[in-house]
Amino acid sequence: MKKSLIVAVVFGWVLGCNSPDASQSAKPDGPEVVQALPEQIDFNYHVKPILSDKCFACHGPDKGNQQAGLALHERELALAALGETHDRHAIVPGDTVKSLLVERIRSTDANTVMPPPESNLVLTEYEKAVLTAWVAQGAVYKKHWAFLAPTQPDVPAAGEGWANNEIDRFVAKRLDGSGLERSPQAEKAKLLRRASFVLTGLPPSLEALDRLEANTSPDAFEQEIDRLLASTAYAERMTQIWMDLSRYADSHGYQDDPERFMWPWRDWVIHAYEQNLPYDQFVTWQLAGDLLPDAGLEQVIASGFNRNHKITYEGGSLDEEFRTEYVADRAQVAGTAFLGLTMECARCHDHKYDPVSQKNYFELFAFFNNVDEEGFVEPVGRTPDPFVTLTHQEVEDLVAFIHLPDSIEKVELMVMEEMPQPRQAFLLARGQYDAPTEPVYPSTPERILAFGDRPPNRLGLANWLFDADNPLTARVAVNRLWQQVFGTGIVATSYDFGNQGALPSHPDLLDHLALKYQHEGWDTKAMLKYMVLSATFQQSSKTNAVYEEIDPENRLLARSPRVRLDAEMIRDQALLASNLLNGAVGGPSVKPYQPEGLWAETRGGGGNLKVYVPDTGNLLYRRSLYTFWKRTVPPPGMLTFDAATKDLCSVKRQETNTPLQALVLLNDPQIMEASRQIAVQVLAQQQLSEQERLNQMFRMATSRHASAEELQVLVAQLQAAMVDFESDEAAAKALIAVGEFPVDDSVAPTTLAAYTLVANTIMNLDESISRG
Amino acid sequence: MNPSAVAKKTQHSDPLHERSLQLNRRAFLGKSALGLGAMALGGIMGCRYFGKDADTGLVTEQKGIKGVLDKLHHGNKAKRVIYLFQSGGPSQLESFDYKPLLDKMRGQDLPESIRKGQRLTGMTADQTAFPLVGSSMFPFRQHGQSGAHISSLFPHISKIVDDICIIRSMHTEAINHDPAITFFQTGSQQSGRPSIGSWMSYGLGSENENLPAFSVLLSSGTGRPDAQPLYSRLWGNGFLNSLHQGVQFRTAKDPVLYLKDAEGISRNTRREMLTRLAKLNDLHYQDFGDPEIVSRIAQYEMAYRMQTSVPEVMNIDDEPEYIFKMYGPDSTTPGTYAANCILARRLAEKGVRFIQLYHMGWDQHFNLPLQMKGQAKDVDQPSAALIMDLKQRGMLEDTLVVWGGEFGRTNYSQGKLTAVDYGRDHHPRCFSIWMAGAGIKPGVVWGETDEFGYNIVKDPVHVHDFQATLLHLMGIDHEAFTYKYQGRRFRLTDVHGEVVKGILS
Repeated sequence: MKKSLIVAVVFGWVLGCNSPDASQSAKPDGPEVVQALPEQIDFNYHVKPILSDKCFACHGPDKGNQQAGLALHERELALAALGETHDRHAIVPGDTVKSLLVERIRSTDANTVMPPPESNLVLTEYEKAVLTAWVAQGAVYKKHWAFLAPTQPDVPAAGEGWANNEIDRFVAKRLDGSGLERSPQAEKAKLLRRASFVLTGLPPSLEALDRLEANTSPDAFEQEIDRLLASTAYAERMTQIWMDLSRYADSHGYQDDPERFMWPWRDWVIHAYEQNLPYDQFVTWQLAGDLLPDAGLEQVIASGFNRNHKITYEGGSLDEEFRTEYVADRAQVAGTAFLGLTMECARCHDHKYDPVSQKNYFELFAFFNNVDEEGFVEPVGRTPDPFVTLTHQEVEDLVAFIHLPDSIEKVELMVMEEMPQPRQAFLLARGQYDAPTEPVYPSTPERILAFGDRPPNRLGLANWLFDADNPLTARVAVNRLWQQVFGTGIVATSYDFGNQGALPSHPDLLDHLALKYQHEGWDTKAMLKYMVLSATFQQSSKTNAVYEEIDPENRLLARSPRVRLDAEMIRDQALLASNLLNGAVGGPSVKPYQPEGLWAETRGGGGNLKVYVPDTGNLLYRRSLYTFWKRTVPPPGMLTFDAATKDLCSVKRQETNTPLQALVLLNDPQIMEASRQIAVQVLAQQQLSEQERLNQMFRMATSRHASAEELQVLVAQLQAAMVDFESDEAAAKALIAVGEFPVDDSVAPTTLAAYTLVANTIMNLDESISRG
Repeated sequence: MNPSAVAKKTQHSDPLHERSLQLNRRAFLGKSALGLGAMALGGIMGCRYFGKDADTGLVTEQKGIKGVLDKLHHGNKAKRVIYLFQSGGPSQLESFDYKPLLDKMRGQDLPESIRKGQRLTGMTADQTAFPLVGSSMFPFRQHGQSGAHISSLFPHISKIVDDICIIRSMHTEAINHDPAITFFQTGSQQSGRPSIGSWMSYGLGSENENLPAFSVLLSSGTGRPDAQPLYSRLWGNGFLNSLHQGVQFRTAKDPVLYLKDAEGISRNTRREMLTRLAKLNDLHYQDFGDPEIVSRIAQYEMAYRMQTSVPEVMNIDDEPEYIFKMYGPDSTTPGTYAANCILARRLAEKGVRFIQLYHMGWDQHFNLPLQMKGQAKDVDQPSAALIMDLKQRGMLEDTLVVWGGEFGRTNYSQGKLTAVDYGRDHHPRCFSIWMAGAGIKPGVVWGETDEFGYNIVKDPVHVHDFQATLLHLMGIDHEAFTYKYQGRRFRLTDVHGEVVKGILS
């Protein structure tokens, strides 16, 4: 199979017009792109995406809905005789005339054409041509790529003289013949900004930028990477990502939404990342730490991962209905986070696209079904069973990484605890709690990897996940790390490696990384370092008409991606640049500034979550990882910048660009106060000229020096602002009064206000909220 | 809310705006000239502009923000929706569903032959008796040409009965508030799907580029001031682009979060600041070529315009006295349901696509007679006034108004039934809502429940049917309007729903 042909299909590029189907005129319905048909049709890369998307809904794995008795997801079924007389065949390999599939997809009769009009699905001419050519070539089937265990690919020779490591070889090979040139290396300052955000979620300090600039050693950049990876900020950044996946929040969710106390579990995650706990153990402890033969308190705490789902305190809720939801939520996390599969789609019926039956789903469900818990919990204030109580004594002796403040005597942390006698799980008709049918027992989808004779509990599940032959676990994990570094995964749909998911842009590279991770001890820090040190990562992110034409989504990585910062990074950068950041680690979540009345006006939040009472002093300035997350009314600025809602497992955030984001950066008191403190810092350096001050402010937010032209704009703004504020000192005083931090009265208010305004302008630059 | 959108608006005279128009147009044309399909562009830019000429059916460029639907699936009767959500579950038995038998049988137990062992909430599951109770405290009377029965709690709505269509045969699948409201608003009991308003914004865009296409207003009931909580995900965009999220309009200092500039920043200062910001962003764009930067510049311009347009629309001081009289005494108090109804009309006038009100407090488990009086008084006059007001402006023809909650209430008392007091638990098997305006048959009562008011006996309307009908009125085929996410094409109506043709005019 030619790689360049894969490119054609995956990206839909215009390669020429030699459609084999000249007799069929393309429908003038839209600007359909006519693509070259690959010489050799590949089932996984060319055919199945079409079948899955357009046919499987009625002719796929869902046994409950196989119209006309036809299923196309397996060759045997697709070739089977149909009809009352058993003389008709959807597919006759090599014979497009006898194959009804070909006839029906090309039919112009609304009564016979497939897919039927009422499905609202349409095959393009190209798709029809692919299916026809595939039948002509013998209708060869292959197992879905992601369900075949990765094989060690040969490292290509491409990229000689440029490549830093194997990653670059694969990337260079893929670029060959694409018409795209690799980009030159980015400037050092850009690189450090990029790496700092990727690895720590914070911008580089000016000292670090200067240090790298001055360091001429060939491994100068690597030295900085090692420093970043060794920092606690690294652990916090990784934890932030893990919080989305594990749907961590500080309230129970659902409508009454009272407070919960899972932060000691979050502190454990920080600790685990700091220790670089190998990923297999990291996951095993979270899924089943309580079941480990030598489980200590730490492992039991880790199992709290499974209790981060929402819990209802709404009066009158039906116990079993909600308990079922909690178990389903745990199963969904396991499916999305570790298998990269939309297992939850098989809750009500067999999966429409993937080889996951409804029975498979409830077998996975059964692993998480054995907790002695209630669906409806009351009263507000009671911690749902089961939980462990952590006192100062225990923390001191056993789990010192938990930051239990003196003011709190003890904390009750929800964890997992298996019932002595497992609760019988059932396949639930339509997924409904009150419709049990056949009994089911813990197991995993056999089409991925047989569960074997492992113990039928969560520990067995973890063990199965990390079986050397499991085709998904390592790929899904390295793909997420790739997404963290490059903005988009090698599989762009990091939540779906199934038939409806995106195909990998670099399949061999993905396997290379997966096997490396697996064979080299699931070492997360090492894997990130490997990615960041690649020449691919270190390219410039500048784009131009050629890149935008050939590869607008930058899937081939001829340039480094330019990525908008996460919500937390934007706020944390402001805190760091303004020197307000309180670097304390862990402990109870905190309540920074929030517009008044937001909690009260929705009437939710049992107990002390009815009204938002912001913290004071340096608790206002902690990293956003520690911002209190009330599920029914999350911090609005965070949501505006696409933070996950924490209702369900989420492994990929949106990246949007909206007017509400502009309003946050212009007017959030946290940003305005930080702008003032940035101004205070540069004004305190009396040796600096006006231009040097402006440049320094610019550099704090963008990590680079301002150009002459940019400085000109800033100087003009500063001078105009000075004039304005001198004529209206009350306005100046009002502007600099924002926030709780004491105002520096050694500087004239008009000067400080003018600098504050310029600093705020800088904070609002697109570049200041991007890494690229 | 995207560059191409801004690029089409030409009547703006602001020089920076013009400049950013050129920038945006350049980016837009640059992309198009490179042969990218509309889909790719949509992905990069969020949404696009369009407009369909009502007479010719041609798609033309218009002022506003284009939705994803290049053309409507069929002719639309409604251009916008005002959804008066009565959160908590108003009792149909004290409002729109008259059941004289319940008065006759007051205090007797609900026959098991009617209940048939159907599930109850945890609040009444342990109750040993289910004493029936009717609405004798708030007697029903027939009103209007249609002769529909309405309880004495709603004297104003009684007067507009010939303008509305009462549906007495609504039913839902959920029995608790959270899943039930989520179901109504998103088509699924589990959270994570887009709200109806987000779907509208995504599909149809906005007629006003200075206001969010999906606007949300909250108010608290006086009947039961502490109940029931709401959650911002109810107006969330789910998996759609966050451009389509509902934007809450508030009575607080900031009518939209972070809208108001810090004290000390004059309008002029803000304008100059944004001009310089755009200049700096443009310089960076020249260097890096990332179209997102162009989009960013446009978003700041939209934010700037919102800073003017939102307070303008929120300031109801310029309404004439007779309007306040129409909407009732509460209407001069910001944040009340009545004031929100006036705001809803103002937003509708400005072309906002989907205006969602939530009025909390409809959850009468106990003290129903007292609480219901308060709740009904909150909403009766303003709801009726809104219909009359839209009508007098000729807007009722193309504005769809919906009034209703997430489920109904039981025909038996929760807790002790006394001469003057009782409560009612949640009841998903039948309840009443009403609709009015664009495309809805006025003066009609649709559906029928049994004489106990427990089960539906005629023309049931499921929540998905209601949603399908709402989309239908907006010109959208609910089965064809999908968004592909995680490999699956999602619909507001999941895989269900049938348009209720009988209520269409």
